[in-house]
Amino acid sequence: MENTIVKAENYNSYFGDNHVVKDVNISINKNEVIAVMGPSGCGKTTFLRGINRMHELIPGATSKGKILLDGENVYDMNAIYVRYKIGMVFQRPNPFPNLSIYENVVAGYMLNGLKVSKADKDVIVERSLTSAALWKEVKDSLHKKGTFLSGGQQQRLCIARAIAMQPELILFDEPTSALDPISTSSVEALFHELKANYTLIIVTHNMQQAARVSDRTAFFYMGELVEFDDTKQMFTNPHDQRTQNYITGRFS
Amino acid sequence: MDQRIGIRNTKSVLFKGLIIFFAFVITIPLIIVLLYIIKQGITQVNWHFLTHVPAPPGEKGGGIANALMGSLIMVVMASIVAVPIGMLAGIYLSENPRTKLAYYSGLCVDILQGVPSIVVGIVMYFWLVKPFGGFSAIAGSVALAIMMLPIIIRSTEQTLKLLPDSLKEAALSLGVPYHRVILKVLVPCGFAGILSGITLSIARIIGETAPLLFTALGNNYFSTNITGQMESLPHVIFTYATSPYDDWHDLAWGASFILLLFVLTLNIVTKLLTRKWKIQL
Repeated sequence: MENTIVKAENYNSYFGDNHVVKDVNISINKNEVIAVMGPSGCGKTTFLRGINRMHELIPGATSKGKILLDGENVYDMNAIYVRYKIGMVFQRPNPFPNLSIYENVVAGYMLNGLKVSKADKDVIVERSLTSAALWKEVKDSLHKKGTFLSGGQQQRLCIARAIAMQPELILFDEPTSALDPISTSSVEALFHELKANYTLIIVTHNMQQAARVSDRTAFFYMGELVEFDDTKQMFTNPHDQRTQNYITGRFS
Repeated sequence: MDQRIGIRNTKSVLFKGLIIFFAFVITIPLIIVLLYIIKQGITQVNWHFLTHVPAPPGEKGGGIANALMGSLIMVVMASIVAVPIGMLAGIYLSENPRTKLAYYSGLCVDILQGVPSIVVGIVMYFWLVKPFGGFSAIAGSVALAIMMLPIIIRSTEQTLKLLPDSLKEAALSLGVPYHRVILKVLVPCGFAGILSGITLSIARIIGETAPLLFTALGNNYFSTNITGQMESLPHVIFTYATSPYDDWHDLAWGASFILLLFVLTLNIVTKLLTRKWKIQL
């Protein structure tokens, strides 16, 4: 129990009358890599965005139930604080186009108006970019705009930006779906290293990716959490017929 | 068939020729006006002209220092009012496009843009001139600010609407509060577009005469008193040009040239700034 970082209890999400995530109960441990997979429109992204309360920013979106972060319901906390505590990386790399690489990494501090000394910033930037496996590539061009980087580098910059805030938990919303295969593998390789210090929840379309990177996998279908198990178990011997059908490619 | 292809090709060539011709034709009036004003005005412009107030009738010389200062003061005051209000309203319109308030205030902005400037002048006359007992630069600035608003609002709105949602999400996901997302991320990213809206609105109002006739009126003397009458470039052109003296007509050309120079410079500076500060998304 002490090892649990995120726990959803009867969590439901809606877009207006549309019930998108249905009664999800799930418990995620520290330093785990969790893959969330399922066909399009199954509610996996909506569930992910419910964890850091990004879901409610869409007009008409509501949710019910609890999501506990370290035992505390995020829906009882200040939404801004929740998002500050949880990192997030999006489908398309979205570095701030008006900021340099350096500023992008410390954007979480800068934009929140937190005073950080130049020396501390230097440390944060180097540490975060190193963790995001980007330091070597950009250390000589830190003051160039982040948008000059390639797609894969931009995505790693976004990961560095999330890491810089030292979150315990980082959410990834299909982080490689807009990237080419080489960039994808560079980001995937990163997941293995990040696991040591962070908990990762990765929404993915790509079953092979789920199998490659995750410890445990959650399978969503039609808004329900159908199955949540060790990734190996899930891909070799799923309990639920629907999981079986999805994995064997009978629908996608 | 061969023959028909020939006819088709001829039509295409003719059509192309036609659009090129008219694209060229529309530049002619502008060039003629520009050349004429430059020819008439440039000889009038010298240091004396820029640093002296109008001379009494019958005396030689005289300049537009009072008008330059007046226009500067009123444009700055109008901008101080219109820029923040216009930007904030524009931000609302781009952030909440589907609300009733956005629909109606958007409608008002469009109507305001179409209101003739003389009507704005009359309204300000009855609201700010009559009740306070006299023409004033403040009333003039308010009239000009109202003329600036629609341009700033729409350009802010359009610029911010073009920014991708992912940018906002990136900031929100870092726990940045809404007002900081707008002021520190969206506005800086759209800065070039917003700025060009502001400079264009200044270029638009700096030549407005009608609203000033009812508000700031004019002043033959140098004045920085914003509660009193104040001269402005378009108004000085009007008074000089409608006077019976030939040398005053020449001064009107000089002032026209200066005004034109301002507007052209503002337009060119806008183009350069937007190019320089354009943010690659």
